[in-house]
Amino acid sequence: MQATDVSDPTYFHKVVDCQWACPAHTPVPEYIRLIAAGRYADAYMVNWKSNVFPGILGRTCDRPCEPACRRGRVEEEPVAICRLKRVAADYKGDISDLLPTAPRERTGKRVACVGAGPASLAVARDLAAAGHDVTVFDGEQRGGGFIRSQIPKFRLPESVIDEEVGYVLGLGVTTRFGERVASMSALLGEGYDAIFVGCGAPRARDLKIPGRQEAAQHIHLGIDWLSSVSFGHVTRVGKRVLVLGGGNTAMDCCRSARRLGGAEVKVVVRSGFEEMKASPWEKEDAMHEDIPILNYMVPTAFIHEGGRLTGMTFQKVRPEYDADGRRNLVPTGEPEEFLPADEVLVAVGQENSFPWIERDAGIAFDRHGLPVLNAETLQSTRPEVFFGGDAAFGPKNIIWAVAHGHQAAISIDLFLRGEDVAKRPPPEVTQVSQKMGIHEWTYDNAVSIDLRYKVPHVEKARALADIKAEVELGFDPDLAFHEAQRCLNCDVQTVFAPKLCIECDACVDICPVDCITFTQDGEEAELRARLNAPSANTAQDLYISHGLKTGRIMAKDEDVCLHCGMCAERCPTGAWDMQKYFLDLAQVGAKRAARAMVHA
Amino acid sequence: MTFLPKPKLHHPDLPTNALGLTRRDYEGAISTLCAGCGHDSISAAIVRAVFELDLPPHRIAKLSGIGCSSKTPTYFLGAAHGFNSVHGRMPSVLTGANLANRDLIYLGVSGDGDSASIGLGQFAHAMRRGVNMVYIVENNGVYGLTKGQFSATSDKGAKSKKGVANTDSAIDLVGMALQLGATFVGRGFSGDKTQLVPLIKAALRHKGAAFIDCISPCVQFNNHVGSTKSFDYVREHNEAVNRLDFISGREEIVTEYEPGTVEVVAQHDGSLLKLRKLAADYDPHDRVSALGYLQSRTAAGEIVTGLLYVDPDAEDLHDHMGTVETPLNALTEAELCPGSAALEKLNAALR
Repeated sequence: MQATDVSDPTYFHKVVDCQWACPAHTPVPEYIRLIAAGRYADAYMVNWKSNVFPGILGRTCDRPCEPACRRGRVEEEPVAICRLKRVAADYKGDISDLLPTAPRERTGKRVACVGAGPASLAVARDLAAAGHDVTVFDGEQRGGGFIRSQIPKFRLPESVIDEEVGYVLGLGVTTRFGERVASMSALLGEGYDAIFVGCGAPRARDLKIPGRQEAAQHIHLGIDWLSSVSFGHVTRVGKRVLVLGGGNTAMDCCRSARRLGGAEVKVVVRSGFEEMKASPWEKEDAMHEDIPILNYMVPTAFIHEGGRLTGMTFQKVRPEYDADGRRNLVPTGEPEEFLPADEVLVAVGQENSFPWIERDAGIAFDRHGLPVLNAETLQSTRPEVFFGGDAAFGPKNIIWAVAHGHQAAISIDLFLRGEDVAKRPPPEVTQVSQKMGIHEWTYDNAVSIDLRYKVPHVEKARALADIKAEVELGFDPDLAFHEAQRCLNCDVQTVFAPKLCIECDACVDICPVDCITFTQDGEEAELRARLNAPSANTAQDLYISHGLKTGRIMAKDEDVCLHCGMCAERCPTGAWDMQKYFLDLAQVGAKRAARAMVHA
Repeated sequence: MTFLPKPKLHHPDLPTNALGLTRRDYEGAISTLCAGCGHDSISAAIVRAVFELDLPPHRIAKLSGIGCSSKTPTYFLGAAHGFNSVHGRMPSVLTGANLANRDLIYLGVSGDGDSASIGLGQFAHAMRRGVNMVYIVENNGVYGLTKGQFSATSDKGAKSKKGVANTDSAIDLVGMALQLGATFVGRGFSGDKTQLVPLIKAALRHKGAAFIDCISPCVQFNNHVGSTKSFDYVREHNEAVNRLDFISGREEIVTEYEPGTVEVVAQHDGSLLKLRKLAADYDPHDRVSALGYLQSRTAAGEIVTGLLYVDPDAEDLHDHMGTVETPLNALTEAELCPGSAALEKLNAALR
C-alpha cells in the first residue's frame, strides 16, 4: 500500500471523526477538554467561531458528530457532544469582552441577506467582522428565522435565541425586519454589491386526499401551525390529535399538541419506525410523553361530518424489497383502519419556494425549483447572488445552514475584492507534541469504560403543563465534567517516525485495541485480513508507514484507536508521538473573531 | 515503565477462545520494565500461546527467580498461580510443586543471570530429571537491573554499551539442555512472535522438560553496535532451522506440502507439530547431530533458532519415580492411612 501522507491535513482530520462529520468542522475535542477544565467561556468561543449558535445548537442540533464518535464504536454510546456544547453556553458567564467588534475600517461594500435564519446570520457575522456593510431582511420582527418560528420553546427558550442572534447583530449589522422581500429585481435595484439568499424552505407539503377541502378547518400544515404556536396565535388544540409524518417537525408538532390540550396525540407514519427521518432521541422524547408512533399506515381519507372532522382512514401496508434492495410499501389486504381525531397536523415534508425571484432576474433554477449553484462557492448563475441553508439544496438543518453561511461569506468576500471565488483559502492546521515529561502528557489520556451520562429532564407533569417550560435541564458542571472525560481526544494523533523504530513490538503488545501491526506490505483488502485485530470498517483509514529496517510496514487501523498514547508511552525510541492536531477552517474575518480565542 | 493502567476497553470484535475468554483475559498487571524491553514481548507471546491453547489460566503455575525476567510473571496470566522464589532457585521450587500436584501446568520463567550464573546447577538438574515443565530463559546477555554488566551468556568478544569487549566464554544454555537430556529444546527471539508463539504452545503441550532459550534484547544496556544480542544483530544472524506450526489434535491438516519439506510430529497428548524445514537435512530427533549442528553454526557466528530437538514420547520425573497420580492435596485419609494390613505387607516386603 501507498505510505500515508500525514502532511496532508485531510488525513488526520478524518481521524477526528466528530470534527470531520460536523458540516462546520467544529473542533469538538478541543472544546470538550476546555469544558472538562471548567473553561466554559473559552469552550463557548471555540464553538461560537465555528458554528455561531452554540447555545441554540447545544439544544437542537441534528448532531452528525455523535453517530461518528469513536467512543460509540468501542463502547455502547457516543459522547454527548451536543449537550456538552450546551454546557459551554449555560456556564460561560459574560463573554462580551471576547466577542469581536465591527472594524473601524470599512470596505464600503454593501451586502444584503434575505431572511434572518442561521445561514444569513452566519454570513452576516463573518462579513460584518471583515468590515463589510451587511443588511439583513426578514418578514418577522425579530431575527432567527425557523429557529424562532419552528422550534418549540420547550426545546429552545426564546432568551437563548435573543442572545445569540444579538451577538451577530451587535457587529453593526443593519436589520430591516418586518420587511419581507417581495421582489429580487427590486432588491437588485437597491444597488447592493452582493446578495445572499438564505430564506429557507418555507412551504409545507400538503396531503391531497379526499376530505382535505371539506375538513380544512381542522387540518393544519405542521410548520405553519408550529409558527402560529410559537407566536401565540394558536393556544389550544383538540383533544384527539393525529400527526402525520415521521420527521423532526412531526415530533415538534405532537409534543406541542400534548401541551395545548391534546390528551390523545398519535403520530402516524407511512414507512417503518426505524426508517423515520426524526432523530432517535426526538422519537424517544415523544414516546416518553405518551405519544404512540404507529407505522406502516398510509392515509387514505379525512372523514368528516357536516364540516367537522371526525377522523382519518388508513391503509395498512408492509415493506417489500425488490431485487435492487429498494423498498416498496404494499397493502397487506387488511381492512382500512379508522382513527378518530378532532384535529390533524400534516408534517409530511417541506419545499423550497421562490415566488419573489423573477424568472428573468438572471438566476437559473433547476427542474426541482432549486437554484443552479456551484456546490462549493454557493454562487448562482448571477455572479453577485449567492444561496445557502435550506434555500440552496432543500431542507437540511441548522448546522448545515451555518456551514453554508461560512462558505458563502468566503465567496462573497472574494467576490467583493474582485478575486476568483473558486480559490478557497486553506484551513489553518497546527500539530504539536503533547509530551511534557517521561510519563506526562498535556491531555488526560487515562481511558476507562464509562457509559454515557443522561441529561436530567424536568418532571413530565410539569413539562406537559407549560409549553414554555424547557424539558431538558442540561448537565450540571459535575455531570458535564464526567461526560467530558468520556471524550477520547481523537485530535491527539498517533504520529509514527519509522526511522526511529527498532521494531521491538512494545507498541503492538501494549495497544489495548490491537490496532498496530508490523507485517509484510500488501494490497489494502488483503492486508486488512491479516492485521492483528479484525479490520472490517473500511470507512476508517489504515495508517501505513514504510522505511523500517526489516522491510516490513507499520499498519495502524485508525478505527478503534483509543488515543490513549500507550504506544508512545511504551516506545523506547520515541518513534511514536502523540501530537495534537488542530484544524481551523478558513473563515472571513476569522482573525478578529479569533482575537480572544485561547487554545487548550 | 508506565504509570497508567492499560485501558480495559478492548477491540469490539476481539475473538474469544473455546473457554469464552479473550486474549485480554490472559494479561497481567502493566509491565514496570523499561519501555521496549524484549521481555514484554515474551510475556505477550506467552499470553497469546495460552489463549490459543484454550488453557484455563488458573490451571497454570508460573514460577520465577530474581531479575528482570523473573519479574515478568506479574505481567501475564493474572489469574494463574505464581511463586517468585529465591535467586536461581526456581527449578527446585518448581520441582517440588510439580511433585506435589502434577495436574497443574508448570511454567518456569528465568533469565541468563538466574539460570546461567547463580542457578546453573538448579537448571542442570531440572533438565536431567525431566521435570514436566516449560523452562523459558529470557536471555539478554547482560545484568540489566545492575546497569548492564556482562552475564554468563554474553558472547566472547561482544562489546558492552561503553565499548569494552567481553573476555569470558559464553555458556550456551541450549547446548547444555541438549546434553543434560531435555526432551524439548528450542530457541526463539523476542522480536519474532510468529516463531516464538508456536514454540511456546508446543512446549506447553510437551510432556517432560521443555527448554526455550529466548533471546531478548535489553533496550537499555544491550542494543547497541557491537552487541550480539541486539535487535539488529539477531535479525541479521538468525538462522532458523525450521518453521513450526502447532496444531492441537482437533484440527485437521488441510494444506498440502511438497514431500520432504514438512514433517508432522505427534506428541503424546495428540497435538501435532508441523515442521517446515528451512535448513536442509536438519533432523530435530537426533540429539547428537543437533549438538554438532548447533556448535558448527555458532562457530560460524550464526544464531540457530527454531525447534532444535524434540522427543515426542518422552517420560517425565513422575514416570521415573512411579509417584501417585492424584495430587497430594486431593489424597484422602483412606489413601494416606491404608491401615495395618497394608503396613504389615510393607514391613514383610522389607524383611
